Amino acid sequence: MYSEKVMDHFAHPRNVGEIPDADGVGQVGNPTCGDIMRIYLRVKDDRIEDIKFKTFGCGAAIATSSMLTELVKGKTLDEALAVSNRTVAEALGGLPPVKMHCSNLAADALHAAIMDYRGKQVSK
Amino acid sequence: MRRVYMDHAATTGVHPEVLVEMLPYLKENLGNPSSIYSWGREAKAAVEKARARVATLLGAQAAEIVFTSGGTEADNFALFGVARANRKKGNHIITTKIEHHAVLHAAQELEKEGFRVTYLPVDKDGLVRGEDLEQALTPETILVSIMFANNEVGTIEPIGELVKIVKDRNPDIIFHTDAVQAVGIIPIDVREIGVDLLSLSGHKIYGPKGVGALYIRRGTNIKPFVVGGAQERKWRAGTENVPGIVGLGKAAELAGIEMTERAQHLTQLRQALIEGIQEKIDHVRLNGHPTKRLPGNVNFSFEFVEGESLLLNLDLAGIAASSGSACTSGSLEPSHVLIALGVPPEVAHGSLRLTLGRENTQEDVEHVLTVLPEIVAKLRSMSPLVPEGV
Repeated sequence: MYSEKVMDHFAHPRNVGEIPDADGVGQVGNPTCGDIMRIYLRVKDDRIEDIKFKTFGCGAAIATSSMLTELVKGKTLDEALAVSNRTVAEALGGLPPVKMHCSNLAADALHAAIMDYRGKQVSK
Repeated sequence: MRRVYMDHAATTGVHPEVLVEMLPYLKENLGNPSSIYSWGREAKAAVEKARARVATLLGAQAAEIVFTSGGTEADNFALFGVARANRKKGNHIITTKIEHHAVLHAAQELEKEGFRVTYLPVDKDGLVRGEDLEQALTPETILVSIMFANNEVGTIEPIGELVKIVKDRNPDIIFHTDAVQAVGIIPIDVREIGVDLLSLSGHKIYGPKGVGALYIRRGTNIKPFVVGGAQERKWRAGTENVPGIVGLGKAAELAGIEMTERAQHLTQLRQALIEGIQEKIDHVRLNGHPTKRLPGNVNFSFEFVEGESLLLNLDLAGIAASSGSACTSGSLEPSHVLIALGVPPEVAHGSLRLTLGRENTQEDVEHVLTVLPEIVAKLRSMSPLVPEGV
């Protein structure tokens, strides 16, 4: 059902954890539907210096979170904003159709974290 | 890697003695039971022998057993067959919120055909309350369908008491029970409990897949569901699945002989698994009734983790289990059974069902008790739902 790449990221997720005093935090999903993703960012010179995630969800939810963090680490915020849920799914070699909507939300969580960071910058 | 199969409520492997009896009917004994020559007569005799064995297991007469393609067809047969035969008597059907989809979806189809269906609630352990059933009965009620034991949480319903409530009100109301998870596993005597219809399946009791049966008490007003031939005394059309029926017959015989021994073995392993999980993992909830439950059923919710990722990790460790998570059902809703028990959706997503079978051992249980706590801990370390200090 899942590709080898999905299973690799599921079994060995990259960048799991929290960043204390993160510069930006974004969360999407809700526990009722079974998926929650939270992204923590450390930003330096408009680049993602560090990124961590915590996810409650199925195999696809965990694998997309892990893949996303690999895709955007080191990127500028604008480059990171160009990464979509579809980009993440493609980087994983595709997801089962039923997972495309419910569990493929990692990029949305990232975008929320970037918005949180930018919001904080404005208010500073 | 050690492999442990603990999904016997999904399906079981064919018992070696069952296979031995089936093989001739997959090879040289090729006859169609409807044919008059020797091959046909031999096949017919084999089918009748199997019918007698299934009847013996249930305390029924052989003529009251109709073979089907499985439990789902038996359930569909019961609901559609009774509804169509009794339409003039009334249009009300009673079932429960925790039935298998083979019953629930049939009931929903009948609603589209104009029948009114009451879906009874259950208590927190999954038991149907007699007073709820009593209140739901109306002069229009023609059929009550309540499962013998639940496939997800293992709760055993008080079917005998529920039948009595219905029959005391009106003996003409037909009582069906989906006993797919119970037949051959716990004692069932159809005369004693007084049901009119009972569904069973072969592959849950070490028989082959693709065969089941509906017990139809003599005199029950029901119409055939599958039409197109005079097989099964016109109750079920289609050339008989002879090897499957032979296998079901042998599986039923063995289940009858070995029932007490198997149940003791399963209950012992079940308790070891339940107590081990409760001891080794915090924030767990046992779903289903603590004692009125199938001997092989263990169903837990693990807070803050999701069921599919539990299953995938268990699979990576060689353990087969199932979950009531939405992600394993292909829908967005978690298990309708757990929701009916009052389990919050986020906790229902984190459910795990381990169902034991005759070949499981104490070592299997210990293996699960070693692997499972590590997996839950790993997933919790990744979960944003874990509160501080847990």
